[in-house]
Amino acid sequence: MTNLIETVNLASSPADLVLHDRVHTSLYTDARLFDEELEKVFYSTWIWVAHASEIPDNGSYKSTYIGKQPVIVVRDRKKDVHVLLNRCRHRGATVCEHKKGKTNSFVCPYHGWSYALDGSLRGVPHPESYADCLDKGELPLVSLRVEQYNGMIFATFKDDIEPLVDFLGPAKKWIDLFMKQGAGYGVKVSGEHRFRFPGNWKIQLENTTDAYHFPLVHKSFLSSVDEQTLELFDFVKGPGYVEDLGNGHSVMVMIPDLVDLEANLDLPIPERFEALADELRAEGIEEEQVRRIVRAVGGSGFNLNLFPNVACSMAFFRVLQPVSVNETEIHHAVITMDGGPAVANRYRLRLHEHFQGPMGFGTPDDSEAWERVQKGAQAGTDLWIMLNRGLPGEKESEDGLISDVSAETGMRAAYQQWKKMMSA
Amino acid sequence: MNLELLNHVSAFIWQEADMLDHGDFDAWLALWAEKGTYIIPIDPNETDFENTLNYAYDDHHMRKLRVQRLIGGESISTSPRARTVRALSRFRVLGEEDGVVTVRCAQNLREFRKDVLKHYTADITFQLKREGECFKIQRKLIQLINSTDTLAGIGYIL
Repeated sequence: MTNLIETVNLASSPADLVLHDRVHTSLYTDARLFDEELEKVFYSTWIWVAHASEIPDNGSYKSTYIGKQPVIVVRDRKKDVHVLLNRCRHRGATVCEHKKGKTNSFVCPYHGWSYALDGSLRGVPHPESYADCLDKGELPLVSLRVEQYNGMIFATFKDDIEPLVDFLGPAKKWIDLFMKQGAGYGVKVSGEHRFRFPGNWKIQLENTTDAYHFPLVHKSFLSSVDEQTLELFDFVKGPGYVEDLGNGHSVMVMIPDLVDLEANLDLPIPERFEALADELRAEGIEEEQVRRIVRAVGGSGFNLNLFPNVACSMAFFRVLQPVSVNETEIHHAVITMDGGPAVANRYRLRLHEHFQGPMGFGTPDDSEAWERVQKGAQAGTDLWIMLNRGLPGEKESEDGLISDVSAETGMRAAYQQWKKMMSA
Repeated sequence: MNLELLNHVSAFIWQEADMLDHGDFDAWLALWAEKGTYIIPIDPNETDFENTLNYAYDDHHMRKLRVQRLIGGESISTSPRARTVRALSRFRVLGEEDGVVTVRCAQNLREFRKDVLKHYTADITFQLKREGECFKIQRKLIQLINSTDTLAGIGYIL
């Protein structure tokens, strides 16, 4: 049987595709919706582009994407951060093909136009042919609006949207809590795992505040950890919660004891970190700081999902990048303590490798589950994705709406923001 | 060129590859020195693997867990297990010191799982510790040529 007639829903307005407790499958499968999302979501709001530690010095840069547009995030000589479209103003070639590095300028390899770190056009080879018809001041690399909060750098194409801090709203306090895993040292991104899966970006967006899948999808990971850790990760029936923080952001608190890493420093040190604590003590570090570091190494007990493309997830930044309607790129950036004890950072690196990335014990199983969602979404043309889990117990909170830890409150929050933006 | 040694290490490495492709994991684990490390770095220029992020940096404990994950039936990305065929070639003995032979070779691996065929190419550098007539793996360093790019989920042992 083939579908000769397109479904009614594909012609519907995006607002009709998002109900309070469900969203239409075409959100994963309709290529026209994807193109509209690039315009109305990715090119219309604050998009996370880097953590400040990724561009530490004057001239440090990283190249990345906003939606499908290549950009360069760069720190200039005055330490100001710029986000520049990665495209020469002459004939459009990219001016940077390295993922990261340090430079004095960006030079287009095609005709040699060179740009300063703030994007201004510095030089054009053989300018005589232009006589006086080339005004260099008019042709800088296109610079986007950039704002930062606690080391997180965001950019937007829009000059008229609210300031970043207003957009983040109540999510700010969770970002502050998340950064406590620096244990008093700076939070530093020390590399990332990159992988792609054949599925829509919103499938990943939903996953960050989905506790419901954890014991099932990550059974093999749970079988690979010690008893105490297993107990820690057995949070689905626990006292955690999910909260809608407004503007599409949400937080899922899996382990309430680990919300504030600087609290409860006198709690017993978990067995798996005893050897680490001993090594830190042997380095002469004070007991309180040892405990602070040990608590930080395991990461925060929550996942903060910032709409639309970044999450502060337990112990790493989780960044999504839409590629096409059915392909998404994910970066899992590892966090270490800048200048912190090497042994503690090694623990963090090994923990990251254990779960994350294409060869981790967690990520490939997530990826398989998401891939199946995309494949299954092809079955039937008029079906809905259920998002009503935790609705009966949902109540208003100081910052929005709150329900149990495996509620779909976070997904409902994201889709309401999607609906709002797509209807604008 | 010491052809006898080249033959010896090639035979050992082909045997290792065959064990992985055919799921003979107990025999594979037994090839390793107790303190051996299995490393898949991200940055092709990195040499300090311990203090940087890798795809894998496994000691014996993690290797055993990785095998368990492959055969345990609990992971949706490893069951069904990917079928793999790896071809290893271009062996070159880089040197020998204190009874440890360092040998580099090329690996082309084809993976088939569900309905997708994938391809991973890597340089592999082995440090093989002589043990009687045979070797134990002291280090296996797998440098994928696309390690800095996006990979897909790899649910098996490279």
